Amino acid sequence: MSAVIRTNNLQKYYNPGEPLEVRALDGVTLEIERGEFTAIVGPSGSGKTTLLNIIGGLDHQTGGTAHIGDTEITALNDNQLIDFRLHNIGFVFQAYNLIPVLTAKENVEFIMLLQKRPKAERDARTEELLTEVGLADKMNNRPMEMSGGQQQRVAVARALASKPQFVLADEPTANLDSQSTADLLDIMAELNQKEHVTFLFSTHDQRVIDRARRVVTLEDGKIISDVRK
Amino acid sequence: MLIKIAWRNVWRNGLRSGVVIASIATGIWAGLFVISVSSGLNEQRTKDALDSYLSHVQIHTPKFVEDNNVEYRIENLDEVINALDNNSNVKAYAERVVLSGMVSSSAGGFGTRITGIDPEHEKNVSTMHEKVVDGAYFEGIKRNPIFIGKKLADKLKVELRKKVVLTFQKDNGDLVTGAFRVVGIYKTANSKADEMNIFVQASDINRLLDGSAGFHEVAVITKDLTMVDTTAGSLRAALPNLSVRSWKQVSPDLGYADEMMMQMLYIIIMIILLALSFGIVNTMLMAVLERKRELGMLMSVGMNKTKVFFMIVVETVFISLVGGPIGVLLGFLTVSYFGSAGIDLSVVGKGLEEFGISTMIYPNLQPKFYIDVTIMVIVAAIISSIYPARKALQLKPAEAVRAI
Repeated sequence: MSAVIRTNNLQKYYNPGEPLEVRALDGVTLEIERGEFTAIVGPSGSGKTTLLNIIGGLDHQTGGTAHIGDTEITALNDNQLIDFRLHNIGFVFQAYNLIPVLTAKENVEFIMLLQKRPKAERDARTEELLTEVGLADKMNNRPMEMSGGQQQRVAVARALASKPQFVLADEPTANLDSQSTADLLDIMAELNQKEHVTFLFSTHDQRVIDRARRVVTLEDGKIISDVRK
Repeated sequence: MLIKIAWRNVWRNGLRSGVVIASIATGIWAGLFVISVSSGLNEQRTKDALDSYLSHVQIHTPKFVEDNNVEYRIENLDEVINALDNNSNVKAYAERVVLSGMVSSSAGGFGTRITGIDPEHEKNVSTMHEKVVDGAYFEGIKRNPIFIGKKLADKLKVELRKKVVLTFQKDNGDLVTGAFRVVGIYKTANSKADEMNIFVQASDINRLLDGSAGFHEVAVITKDLTMVDTTAGSLRAALPNLSVRSWKQVSPDLGYADEMMMQMLYIIIMIILLALSFGIVNTMLMAVLERKRELGMLMSVGMNKTKVFFMIVVETVFISLVGGPIGVLLGFLTVSYFGSAGIDLSVVGKGLEEFGISTMIYPNLQPKFYIDVTIMVIVAAIISSIYPARKALQLKPAEAVRAI
């Protein structure tokens, strides 16, 4: 298997060199292979979100490198990062963050529009993804007309719409009840198994940790354990 | 899709957008109405001046223009009449004797502008005969009738058929006096002009001037006000030795007021739009700050800065494009209604008369103005959207997606 994500001695310091220096990431070296279903866990302030932000091209490191495939993402400027994120990374957020004025179908299609994909391809992929997440009958519903679990499933479909190299999911189940969490994890596990989509979660949720096939634990910005099941 | 999102976002908070749209519509409506009243007022003032004494084009000798001396008469009047008769733009004309002099009664004496006219000819170039409030327009008194303004009559304390004495200079500088009897009293919208201008028969005044038969001024009316400048130009070419001036040249204050008014109208609209812009900026800024998470998500998933900026600008323009035409339409309907029904300002009539303005105002606005206002609204909206859009661009996606 080839590595989708590689970080080498990744560092993120706030107020470097000052008395109040904070080491959010302190030399994280990690490889995520294609098709992995990995959870990044750790207490609050351990550096989970910072790690995901740098891997996701949303934040800059203080030191070290991060590669997505063959691209050193930590060497890209802001404009290059925007384009890179659009074509290579899928995002699932804790609060779903769907566009409330668009329907489920339009929310999924929107990413492909940004990628300038042809209409026929957009339509087919949107239908396919919403069917896979079990929302074929909710295509024309707006987020307000759906439950939290359904909204998060739309968010997963949206994350996959751009055919990314991997999906970053930041606490994706934090706002969901048990049943919705179970349903969402089932869908993501199935997508991972069938389509070899690489998922990387940050989570506190034991239910997610239990389903993950690899668990990386962070503490004080360092990896303290990396367990493959 | 961006346009669809922007349009739907406008209606996301219907009340807030509604308030902004209503304020834009009201602001533009009020602005257009105020402007149309000002424009109507000015047009009325100009029309009154042109109809009562100014006419459209005036012809004099160049020396008379420099120095209103009695001796500077138009010598080749036949040539002038021939040029006027051959000009297809000329609707009517009348010759005038114009003198500066003094009018006195037992109540006192006042400086005045004496205009000697042929009453029948004068009817073709002015509406003074329609402004009679007492007596008649040169009817009923055969020898030395005088037609004076109401305000001057009050100052002279004279009534109909009472005598006043005119004093003015002859060609040789000697003073000549003549007794005239009030045949009619007129009242125009311009009380200042009423106080200054008196009308007598040209034949009477020329008799007092030792039988001189000349005229100092030819007042010309064109078929349409838009023809004034071209008509003046062609007459100038036909009469190279005479001074041919349009009403704007004769009375620069009126012409200047006309041009100034247009500039003022645009300034008023700009001030209204500036005030509205603050409302738009405030609303859009709230919309951006409320949607931090959504904007953060859009930037996270790869929407570039140009598209984010464009989305906010389009949203702002949509709000203005809904409010703007409503305001323009309301303005058009109001101006059309009052343009024919008129607005009666007789409550403040005395003050208006001092400025030569009639008490019945007919609001009026050129169609071009509606188009210009619509364009100005869009430009103001685009400018107003820049600050909120820049604020949106300053959001850091990683922080914005987690904003509460």
